[in-house]
Amino acid sequence: MISSAQPAAESSTAATGGVEPLLSIRSIAKRFGSTTVLRDVSLDVAPGELLTILGESGSGKTTLLRLIAGFEQPDGGEIHMTGERLDQLPPYRRRVNTVFQHYALFPHLSVFENVAYGLRVRKVARAEIPNRVEQALALVKMTEFAGRAPAQLSGGQQQRIALARALVNQPKLLLLDEPLSALDANLRRQMQLELKSLQREVGISFVFVTHDQEEAMALSDRIALLRSGQLEQVAVPREIYNRPATAYTARFIGQTNLLRGLIENGVAQCGTVQWRCEAPDGPATFSVRPENIRLCDSTDAASRDSMRFRAVIRNQTFGGPTDLLELACPDGRALLVRIASRGNLAGECEFEFTAGDAILVKD
Amino acid sequence: MRFAAHHRPRWLLIQTLAVFAFLYLPILVLIVYSFNAESVGGFPPRGWTMRWYRILLDDDALWSAVGNSLLVAAAAMFLALAFGLPAALALDRASFPGKALFRRLVLLPLILPGIITGLSLLMLFVTAGMKLSLLTITLGHGTALISVATTEIFAGLQKMDRAQEEASLDLGATNWQTFWRITIPNLRLAIIGAGLLIFTLSMDEIAVSFFLIGRDNTLPLEIWSRLRRGITPEINAVSTVIFLFSLGMILVWYRLRTRRGEERPELAELVPLKQ
Amino acid sequence: MYSRTYKTAVAAPPLVWVAVFLLAPYAFLFCYSFWTVSQQAIVHHWNFGNYRQLLDNSMYPTVLFRSMRIAGSVTVLSLLLSFPLAYYLSFHSRRKELLYQLVIIPLWVSYLVRAYAWKTILGSDGVLNTLLQYVGVTQHPVEFLLYSPFAVVLTLTHIYTPFTFLPIYASMEHIPRNFVEAAQDLGAGPIRTFWTVIFPLSLPGALAGATFAFVLSLGDFLAPLLIGGPSGIMISNVVVSLFGAAYNWPLGAAISASLLLLVLALLFLVERIEKRLSFS
Repeated sequence: MISSAQPAAESSTAATGGVEPLLSIRSIAKRFGSTTVLRDVSLDVAPGELLTILGESGSGKTTLLRLIAGFEQPDGGEIHMTGERLDQLPPYRRRVNTVFQHYALFPHLSVFENVAYGLRVRKVARAEIPNRVEQALALVKMTEFAGRAPAQLSGGQQQRIALARALVNQPKLLLLDEPLSALDANLRRQMQLELKSLQREVGISFVFVTHDQEEAMALSDRIALLRSGQLEQVAVPREIYNRPATAYTARFIGQTNLLRGLIENGVAQCGTVQWRCEAPDGPATFSVRPENIRLCDSTDAASRDSMRFRAVIRNQTFGGPTDLLELACPDGRALLVRIASRGNLAGECEFEFTAGDAILVKD
Repeated sequence: MRFAAHHRPRWLLIQTLAVFAFLYLPILVLIVYSFNAESVGGFPPRGWTMRWYRILLDDDALWSAVGNSLLVAAAAMFLALAFGLPAALALDRASFPGKALFRRLVLLPLILPGIITGLSLLMLFVTAGMKLSLLTITLGHGTALISVATTEIFAGLQKMDRAQEEASLDLGATNWQTFWRITIPNLRLAIIGAGLLIFTLSMDEIAVSFFLIGRDNTLPLEIWSRLRRGITPEINAVSTVIFLFSLGMILVWYRLRTRRGEERPELAELVPLKQ
Repeated sequence: MYSRTYKTAVAAPPLVWVAVFLLAPYAFLFCYSFWTVSQQAIVHHWNFGNYRQLLDNSMYPTVLFRSMRIAGSVTVLSLLLSFPLAYYLSFHSRRKELLYQLVIIPLWVSYLVRAYAWKTILGSDGVLNTLLQYVGVTQHPVEFLLYSPFAVVLTLTHIYTPFTFLPIYASMEHIPRNFVEAAQDLGAGPIRTFWTVIFPLSLPGALAGATFAFVLSLGDFLAPLLIGGPSGIMISNVVVSLFGAAYNWPLGAAISASLLLLVLALLFLVERIEKRLSFS
């Protein structure tokens, strides 16, 4: 299931842009009882990048994170970090820190002591601790809360403390397990921006786990889409959106129309429409994003690259700046089209899309 | 949520009051009669006196028994906690062959009649050549009450956020450090609650102690031997004092459990249901 | 997440304790039950004699059945008292927190204290009798109140009602309130709702409480000694005397071992029933 976008044959440095990867996950496998949660996952994390592991529940993304953190042992494969074997070390000897999904702040310790915990445990010099704690709290803008108890903080505030507690230890890698899932929508958007700028400021690699594809696209330098224990595609957000490798990717990230058709002699045929296509002959599936299908004005001239077809508008959903149209094509296909918002439309209209926007995807 | 108030059937209310009366009247009778001037319990109580309490204060044998009970209770508390804590942890986290059997065995003394626990321990001590004494009583209480410690602490473990221990490991603490810095503080309430409960139960324990008694009596056994000899109103006074002491303990326990805004404590955890 | 050393460290101490203070004693109990006694000394001669005696001598089964009847009565009465109480507290009470505590308090009062209280109340010179005579209901003291199975059942019911109340109340509290609302929405009145929704869902709790009350009442020997009189002797009293004046440890051990097996069988049975009864 490794998509064509995954540089499986290329060297690891190519995946991370020519730099030696910070973290190298090689052919990791993990089983729980008779269930295989991860099979043959290989992934590299570059220094200073924000990589998101995206997937639905059950995809294995949290398990992968826990393997990196050290709370689980892999059943196969290895994990390396800056040259040494990571997976054989217990969690407390890895230069990796985690921000947990529900923060896991210690309720019996103050905010200050929570943040200082890692420093105390590793016997950092007493005199140095207050400075470093203050710096970490300043980083997340929570300095006035040092004396409070975690129970007195709101969800968003607790999350910042969890961040500070992890970052104060200057880890080489920070893991974040769906840290924003417990926040409401507005706070979530705000925190996304803050996390992004925080990561830039601190310069540490972040590995972020989420099921929210919008969040992934907003935050990440690269996205690794995980499906049922295997990597579906690993690419930068724009690429994963504009050139999904598989039908699953196309559907999971954003909305799409999947057109099934046939390629014969360099021509792809879907229903009434056909266009030139360089792919080998055979049945094929194409992904066309709703925003790439346009409503035709009667005055437009058809260009060589755009395919026109007629369809009946079954439904029109107002979405603020855009409308979402549900179309019924004469051959029975249903399509989604996103256009700039305009007044109510009805009846049969003409639509078009460019051949280049029809992405060939694996089923 | 309640049914609308006007749905509340009259007979239900009466029944409830009747049950409360049934539960409390005997105790109230005891308290009232501990002040009764006549030494026999007739109705209505005649006269008022503090005589029985004064006699109580001078009763050396009784106070020596109280001292013994306190000693045994404290020792049994430490024993039960010292073994109950790891037992709870093992049940929560470890898997080993025979774990189901282990769990049942640990919880068994809670539901077994005390006579069986007492007699079987008696045979152990006799076979081992141990003389019966406060030590054997302590061992008996400890054995019987480990189940209480295990149950209470296990419940505390279930409520604990597992991620905290992971966070501690993540931040660089070893398992040993995590145990002392994070696990125990989180279990503090459960441990204290269990301790209080064990202490109180030990002070009142008679069935197991009955068979393991040596030369020195515990308080319940001392009272028992007097009861066998006949009724003295002094016993009313002792009983009242014990009742007030128990009341005090439950208040302390309740305060502790609800202090941090925790949900109402569930003594139902005591009864060995599905564990 | 937990290393092997961690798991061994936590499992080992209690395992050792259980082996020494639970398994070994039970083993000794069984061993003793196969020995005999002769001239005030225990003879380590293995045989089934004690068990045969239990079956041959009709006294033992008689006492056992009486004990089971008493335990059964205690259980039934406790359930009858605690069920409406739990229902009221859980579904109709405005002050259920306080009332719950009030039910719990007697649990913490010493067993002896409570048994003794009944002794003072039920005696021919006791509170109840003198009250009845004072008020004029009876002329002479009512004898059967004390030193009878009646007294044992009454006292043990008093002691075990809070024990049966607890799990029933706990199960009722766990019933989601919108089940009740759904029943009402579909047209069921309070009584029907109780029997079709609340009662079935609180049966697991009732079963647990009943088991507890039955087993502990069955093995009780203190209440009979205090207020049971000759007609209130229960099976554990027989054992006590065999370990006391009637010096015959092996026979006593045989009875105890049988009792232990009986209790274990009962617990096993209850567990099977409970699996069928619980719906969640």
